Amino acid sequence: MSKTKETLCLTFPPEVSGQPVVCNLVRINDLDFNILKARISPKQEGQMTLEIIGDRKQCRAGMRYLKELGVKITPVAQKIQRIEDSCVHCGLCTALCPTKALRMDLNSREVLFLREKCSACGLCTSLCPVRAMVLETENGIWEAIAEGA
Amino acid sequence: MNKPKMVKKTIREINDRISKGQAVVLTAREMIDAVKSMGKVVAAREVDVVTTGTFSPMCSSGLLFNMGQPEPPLIKASKVWLNDVPAYGGLAAVDAFLGATEPSEDDPLNKVYPGRFNYGGGHVIEDLLKGEKVHLRALGYGTDCYPRRTMERDYALEDFRSAELLNPRNAYQNYNCAVNFSDKLIYTYMGPLKPRCANANYATSGALSPLFNDPFFRTIGLGTKIFLGGGIGWVIGAGTQHNPKPLRTERGLPLTPSGTLMVKGDLKGMQSRYLRGVSFLGYGCSLSVGIGVPIPILDEEMAWFTGVSDGDIMIPVVDYGHDYPNGVARNHGHVSYADLRSGAIRVGERETATVPLTSYTLSLEIAQTLKQWIESGTFTLGEAQEHIFSE
Repeated sequence: MSKTKETLCLTFPPEVSGQPVVCNLVRINDLDFNILKARISPKQEGQMTLEIIGDRKQCRAGMRYLKELGVKITPVAQKIQRIEDSCVHCGLCTALCPTKALRMDLNSREVLFLREKCSACGLCTSLCPVRAMVLETENGIWEAIAEGA
Repeated sequence: MNKPKMVKKTIREINDRISKGQAVVLTAREMIDAVKSMGKVVAAREVDVVTTGTFSPMCSSGLLFNMGQPEPPLIKASKVWLNDVPAYGGLAAVDAFLGATEPSEDDPLNKVYPGRFNYGGGHVIEDLLKGEKVHLRALGYGTDCYPRRTMERDYALEDFRSAELLNPRNAYQNYNCAVNFSDKLIYTYMGPLKPRCANANYATSGALSPLFNDPFFRTIGLGTKIFLGGGIGWVIGAGTQHNPKPLRTERGLPLTPSGTLMVKGDLKGMQSRYLRGVSFLGYGCSLSVGIGVPIPILDEEMAWFTGVSDGDIMIPVVDYGHDYPNGVARNHGHVSYADLRSGAIRVGERETATVPLTSYTLSLEIAQTLKQWIESGTFTLGEAQEHIFSE
């Protein structure tokens, strides 16, 4: 059976952030995983960008498991956006992109944005000199660019 | 260089052909193959003009403007702000100069490191070109002839009596490829540099770059007419820090940052696509400037020069972790621009990922746009009235 890969942005409520959630998630559902980013806020809420790899059924079961614990899941693809009209394809963003979701196409000399590889770390949003990379949160687009985009 | 030439053309002859719609114009990219296949003498006969282009952050840029006097009483504006970005008012009553790297007055700078530098002089220029109004604030100290103390008004670009883009140093001929041999991440005007030489950041548009196509400034000087920010501009002399005597390759290409241009042009004819305010994390604000210089192919030597390819251009690798900030004049060898374009270079023992700062796609677009202007007969060449020394 072919494996699928899901990249998830997880928000853990304070009462869950102390539990071995990821450990149980992968053990119960027989998943492979890769933590791309994790932090705990001063209010004990946890945030994690997590890649899970397994067959489709296992992935779905895993996501159900997380939801039952009260962990909020946002698909990562919606998190970082590129304002196409603004991007000048200089290539500077490729300097720090940890997953190579942003990379220079050597023939066209344009910067490719491979959403499926993006871990939503947000480094590009502060690095892009013309602010063409924006982070979308629950409250809409972060970064002041929204108007005129 | 002083051999008798087999082909000789004048700028006046080329301009006649442009006006009649007969001029043959190639971009610097197209000229590479033209010279390779035809040879320089035939190429010089066939081709009249080669167009170049670059779109890159150029910090030594700014806007010289005249705001006009308000309703009486009149003012000698000694302190001036546009959208809270300070401009220099130490000129005549309502003249001021806004520098591209000047941050907004309340910017936290690098107090929270690395600073973001969201808004500065370059952004004001871009906003004006986008048709937005900017808020002008001025203070005067009061004189018998200029009694007014304050003035505050919103200006669109057309409201300025004059607005002249005036850039003291643009279009650097060659530039460092920046690496970082220290063991911590640093933030520079060349972008972020990871420790232990993990990335190498480079600028210029290579074979498209204006001053690589005329390395000795044979055709570029005061009075050369150029594409500037999407409108018409002029070279008005050597830029600041111009180095006329760099070490060169056999082809005559400088091995270090060397020649520069001072340029000006009427901002009212320019486009925001080619003048972009930029923010460099941890460093500051600047302006990305689009410049295209047309090179007249006066003889086979100019054909040869404009046939330059990315493999001919050698870029010095400089350590910004220690050497650059401490003024140590040293480099870690040279790499070709073709190597830089390939995505990775070798520095010493390690393979290092390369990161460009200059937009190649916009640089090419500028060379192509300038080519169209000349082909359509709307843009003729300016003849340099005073040459820029370079040998």
